Amino acid sequence: MREVTYLEAIREAMSQEMRKDDNVFIMGEDIGIYGGAFGLTNGMIEEFGPERVRNTPISEAAISGCAVGAAMTGMRPILEIQFSDFIMIAMDNIVNQAAKTRYMYGGKAQVPIVIRLPGGSGAGFAAQHSQSLEAWMTHVPGLKVVQPSNAYDAKGLMKAAIKDNNPVLFYEHKLLYNTKGEVPEEDYEIPLGQADIKKEGSDITIVATAIMVNKALEAAVELEKEGISVEVIDPRTLVPLDTATILESVKKTSRVLVVYEAVKRSGYGAEIVSMIAESDVFDYLDAPIRRLGGLATPIPYNPVLEKAAVPQVDDIVQECKKLMNK
Amino acid sequence: MSISIKETSHSPEQLKTMLYDMMVIRSFEETVEKLFQQGRIHGTMHLCIGQEATAVGACVPLTNEDKITSTHRGHGHSLAKGTKVKGMMAELLGKETGYCKGKGGSMHIADLDVGNLGANGIVAAGLPLATGAALTSKMKNLGYVVVSFFGDGATNEGAFHEAINLASVWDLPVVFFCENNLYGMSGSIKEMTNIANIADRGAAYGIPSETIDGNNVLEVAEATERAVARAREGKGPTLIEAHTYRWRGHSRSDARKYRTRVEEKEWRQMRDPIASFKEQLVAENILMEEEYEALDKKVQAEMDEAVKFAENSKEPSLDTLMNDIFA
Ligand SMILES: Cc1ncc(C[n+]2csc(CCOP(=O)(O)OP(=O)(O)O)c2C)c(N)n1
Ligand SMILES: [Mg+2]
Repeated sequence: MREVTYLEAIREAMSQEMRKDDNVFIMGEDIGIYGGAFGLTNGMIEEFGPERVRNTPISEAAISGCAVGAAMTGMRPILEIQFSDFIMIAMDNIVNQAAKTRYMYGGKAQVPIVIRLPGGSGAGFAAQHSQSLEAWMTHVPGLKVVQPSNAYDAKGLMKAAIKDNNPVLFYEHKLLYNTKGEVPEEDYEIPLGQADIKKEGSDITIVATAIMVNKALEAAVELEKEGISVEVIDPRTLVPLDTATILESVKKTSRVLVVYEAVKRSGYGAEIVSMIAESDVFDYLDAPIRRLGGLATPIPYNPVLEKAAVPQVDDIVQECKKLMNK
Repeated sequence: MSISIKETSHSPEQLKTMLYDMMVIRSFEETVEKLFQQGRIHGTMHLCIGQEATAVGACVPLTNEDKITSTHRGHGHSLAKGTKVKGMMAELLGKETGYCKGKGGSMHIADLDVGNLGANGIVAAGLPLATGAALTSKMKNLGYVVVSFFGDGATNEGAFHEAINLASVWDLPVVFFCENNLYGMSGSIKEMTNIANIADRGAAYGIPSETIDGNNVLEVAEATERAVARAREGKGPTLIEAHTYRWRGHSRSDARKYRTRVEEKEWRQMRDPIASFKEQLVAENILMEEEYEALDKKVQAEMDEAVKFAENSKEPSLDTLMNDIFA
């Protein structure tokens, strides 16, 4: 099958939906002729023109609020926040407005927006351009949160996000943009709230998000050599969370490691761990649940320190060995 | 209102220092650009080649006690405020001898000892911080002034509006200094606002403002001197808009499709802030060609030494990773 990058897959999903539905349009800083900070929207202004590929001033508060207002009145905006870190400036419109509009108004209004958020560390961009703050968003009722780990999922999840009638925060990992995968050209959707078993195994369940899925798969190859069989589960969406797939796997393996790049303290992995601990699958556990996340530090510039701040393949291998008492 | 050397009150020595300071910035940027292309610096960087006169001119009236806030395009501001080449070079190489011990990099260089409150990765974030630093000066009667640098693109952030309004109603000693280089990352100022001059926005806050030639270092220095004098007298903030141009792309990868090569050439050939100032100094017999050559050599030597220093410096050790998170 045809291979495309994660970045191209997201572009294709948006372009296909824009061809089908005139209400779908994109907004953001430098997304026009520049193609966005990562080149994701390259070529889109040429195809759709400046009315539907709206290059905005540097005004995160205005453009996020504008997206909410347009969505309440019938449009389906996709907003690009150039780096997920800049969502801070858009926060009121997302948390106090978009998330609550439907509920506060007794179900009479809706906010079908997608907010694209390039996140994560590893590119040497330092403390203000490298964060993973998706857990903040999962705390707010009314927001859906998506975190694809490969090109195929990115396309299918983006389609579902665009069609969803709720605000969806779509976290993209910068280091995944140029990773390639098989992606069909035709239309397909991955429903929000459906986890995926990326690799089957029998000894340990690793629940990993975003780029950590890829690292967990690498670790699984290493562990296989030592006779440890790992099952890797990617929730793909944090809200809604597919608890059944995770619990089913834990029941089978009896051991769990949860891995995520965000700061471990209060990260989304804590929610996954609690969910497992509170369930009746708890009785099946043969070892305490382990959790691997980023250190509680801002992301440093120096590349060696930067790597040390977030989980790496070897850390995952070590954690799994601890789980197996090896 | 273009100012020529004949009309200035600055001494020949001061004028030569301005030239030298601009040469240091240009050379620093060219040096780090090369290191970046060679893969010896990682991450990203925003070069200010072509904008040396705004940084240097705006810092002319400042003392060591006065402060600045800077931007993502901040190497020039730092150097002009007195932050040293060596520590900056080491920071860009991520070394422990860098100003931020290798943790900040290009976008976060700060040097509080000389009043440099830091570069910033968040567009327009420096303006409210400058308002706050000016508040300290006023509340404690410290007499210092703050210059806040920001780009044309930053003026469309809410922080711009809120920070200037607050500084205005509290009469704070701050100079809001806009480097209008005609573009944000790609957004042309013409498409991003519907006013002719950013300085026109001063009226919205009831503060004086002016538009100046940001590639004329004397004009920048004298406009900032007036604004700083107002601030010191307790008369509150001023908004300065300085027209300039960044010669390079926005950052590491930029095909510059949003502007023409003709426009670029025009600015480089006709409005080079360093070449034009040097020519004036030579024409007025303030500077000899040989002196200029010597300055150039001196700058080169300073860069070579800084690169050597940075390359020979140690990487920060892993156990510094969790330092400096809390007091
Ligand atoms: C809040 C925020 N939004 C967007 C960005 C991304 N960004 C960095 S620099 C830049 C352009 C800034 O333009 P301007 O203020 O004119 O400064 P210049 O780069 O021209 O010096 C953009 C959009 C950012 N760093 N912070
Ligand atoms: Mg600009």
